[in-house]
Amino acid sequence: MKIKRKFLAIITLLALVQTFSFSAANKEDAATDTKEITVITHRTDLVDNLFQEYVKEFNKKYPDIKVNFEAITDYEGEIKIRMNTEQYGDVLSIPKENFPVSDYPDFFIPLGSKTEMEAKYEFISDTEYNGNIYGISTVGNAQGVLYNKEVFKKAGITKMPSTPDEFLNALATIKEKTDAIPFYTNYAAGWTLGGQWEAQAPNLAGDPKWSNYTVPHEDTPWAEGKPYYVMAKLLWDMVSMDLIEDDPTTTDWEACKGMIAKGEIATMLLGSWSIIQMQQAAETLGIDPGVIGYMPFPYTNKDGNMYANVGSDYQLGINIHSKAKNSARLWVDWFTNESGFAQHESGIPALKGSKYPSALIAFQDLGVKFFQNEPSPADEVGLLDEIDAEAEVGRWSENYRMRIVEAAIGNRNETFQDIMTDLNTKWTKARKTLGVK
Amino acid sequence: MKNLNYSAQRRILIICFLFVPIVLLCTFSFLPLGNMIYYSTLKWNGLSKHKVFIGFANYARLFSDSEYFSVFKVSLYYLAGSVIQLALALFFATILSFKIRGKNLFKGILFFPYLLNGVAIAFIFLFYFKGNGTLDSFLKFFGLEGLIQYWLKDVRWVNISMVFTSIWRYMGFNFIVFLGAIQSIDSQIFEAADIDGANKWHKFIYIILPSIKNILELNLILSVSGAISAFEIPYVMMGGSNGTRTFVIQTVQTAFVNGKLGLASAMAVVLLVIVLFVTIIQKIYFKHNGGNEL
Repeated sequence: MKIKRKFLAIITLLALVQTFSFSAANKEDAATDTKEITVITHRTDLVDNLFQEYVKEFNKKYPDIKVNFEAITDYEGEIKIRMNTEQYGDVLSIPKENFPVSDYPDFFIPLGSKTEMEAKYEFISDTEYNGNIYGISTVGNAQGVLYNKEVFKKAGITKMPSTPDEFLNALATIKEKTDAIPFYTNYAAGWTLGGQWEAQAPNLAGDPKWSNYTVPHEDTPWAEGKPYYVMAKLLWDMVSMDLIEDDPTTTDWEACKGMIAKGEIATMLLGSWSIIQMQQAAETLGIDPGVIGYMPFPYTNKDGNMYANVGSDYQLGINIHSKAKNSARLWVDWFTNESGFAQHESGIPALKGSKYPSALIAFQDLGVKFFQNEPSPADEVGLLDEIDAEAEVGRWSENYRMRIVEAAIGNRNETFQDIMTDLNTKWTKARKTLGVK
Repeated sequence: MKNLNYSAQRRILIICFLFVPIVLLCTFSFLPLGNMIYYSTLKWNGLSKHKVFIGFANYARLFSDSEYFSVFKVSLYYLAGSVIQLALALFFATILSFKIRGKNLFKGILFFPYLLNGVAIAFIFLFYFKGNGTLDSFLKFFGLEGLIQYWLKDVRWVNISMVFTSIWRYMGFNFIVFLGAIQSIDSQIFEAADIDGANKWHKFIYIILPSIKNILELNLILSVSGAISAFEIPYVMMGGSNGTRTFVIQTVQTAFVNGKLGLASAMAVVLLVIVLFVTIIQKIYFKHNGGNEL
């Protein structure tokens, strides 16, 4: 216990200061466009292998462009600090947390107009501002539940659960008939209770307009029966009915991949991007990767359909201060159109007309309807995140879901209804503070 | 140089020697501090080019919502821990200042944790406290299965586990400081005490304790402000979840999860003021009780 610890936090805050003073304006010059680009990515696992193969392919087409990579583990945290300088690579994944689209023009070059890009690519509306597109999606993810097919078979579950109650019953059966952990929360990793859950919420709404048109304009998104409530209730029930791991505080993200492959875990709630990682873990252990299954979120809409929301993973943008904008653009286009990265990730490619990966074809067979969220109306861009930040709810962060787990274990003096009421109150108050109708 | 008189030469030398440390101090301590105070008056997400000046609104918000300060309850665990930590450090330092076998080995063992990286320690202790982890195996080995708890899941234990880790990590530092102070006591005093027939306990109470009073005070200040601003162990081990959130973790989350850099800076300023305040109180207290040393 020493005084120095306080500085850790402060130093992080103040790293900004140092970098700030050096960011004098630098005039760009197309004529001096260099032939060497740096790509900054969060994929620490791919820079030394897959991406190197991509560079070889890329260099067959453009032999004189040198591509360097820089991978950052804590991507969101670090890249935003670096973006206070001009030195944030040439091509980079556009950070998502607390970074509204209205700021994009200060940091990235426009890649094309909305009409022009829309014809060719999926998921472009995420990065649109004033009719310009600032980023192209690397891969699109569908949202659903990972499960181990063998465990389900052993437990005798043949019909995929299509409501939260059926899901809970299925988990109870698994607990009774097998040794597997019915549902693994991955509580300790944190982020696994953040965006992975939040991105599922539109599945329950089944409405492309829900995220950007309904939520910012309602006072109580956590009221009974609404998507957030239903999801939170499912989490609460799983924990309080003891259908999760014995001790959530010591879960291990890296270990969970092998555990689900071996059938020690029955289900986990993660985006489709995770399928490949679980399959690879199975392969390493000498298990058939086919045991990893992916099912839609167990919720049937009022119209009798199940929905799966698809959304973009990180988008690639080009640094506005880059000295190699042309080369950078060539890489972005090649990566999107020709690399086959999305297929590798079992995700949905940004390039329109590409094939869906096999894991998601199973969704189509079940009659699950895919849809994308409609972007906010022009005058409300960033509004939802603004309310969220003001309310300090953190829809995309893990905090309130961790709180639900803790309360359901009995570590907090609050009931499920208390938490829902608190979230609703915060939301209502934030909307009032910001004057949102 | 020759035609300068002594005091002018002295002044030049002092300036030359102090220049570098003062520049470093200003660049890495005062400039950031000034900026932090400036940020605390902004509504800003840490990245956007559009910063809105809002005066003291961040402070107003901080002080009008008790939730921001409720986390100080967690600091009480660390405060209690720091008392134990200092007592242990003093105990070991005193014992090892006398002649005993394997003295240097024990010194090394006690100081060693402080040399380890805090993040590494947090990971070691994650495995230590895990179900069927090191601690549980250890208890089982001695037939003490009955004592096994959910060290991190149970709210009654989680902060105690954190504080235990923290004591293990930082005790070595206090220990080495105490040891240094004790060893600098003139050995003739001890010899004189021996001749007068003083036992070890007498020596501790009447010689060691009064001689290291200043150092004791310093360690106490460091420990108390460390307890108020506890961060890395609960952050790395638990991410501040399950009731382990301290004020600094809350500040980091406000800045980087909620994207309110202005509010977070205000929290950092408040923390600084609290630590300063506590330090001054301690100083005054010691001055009243300690007479005229320093």
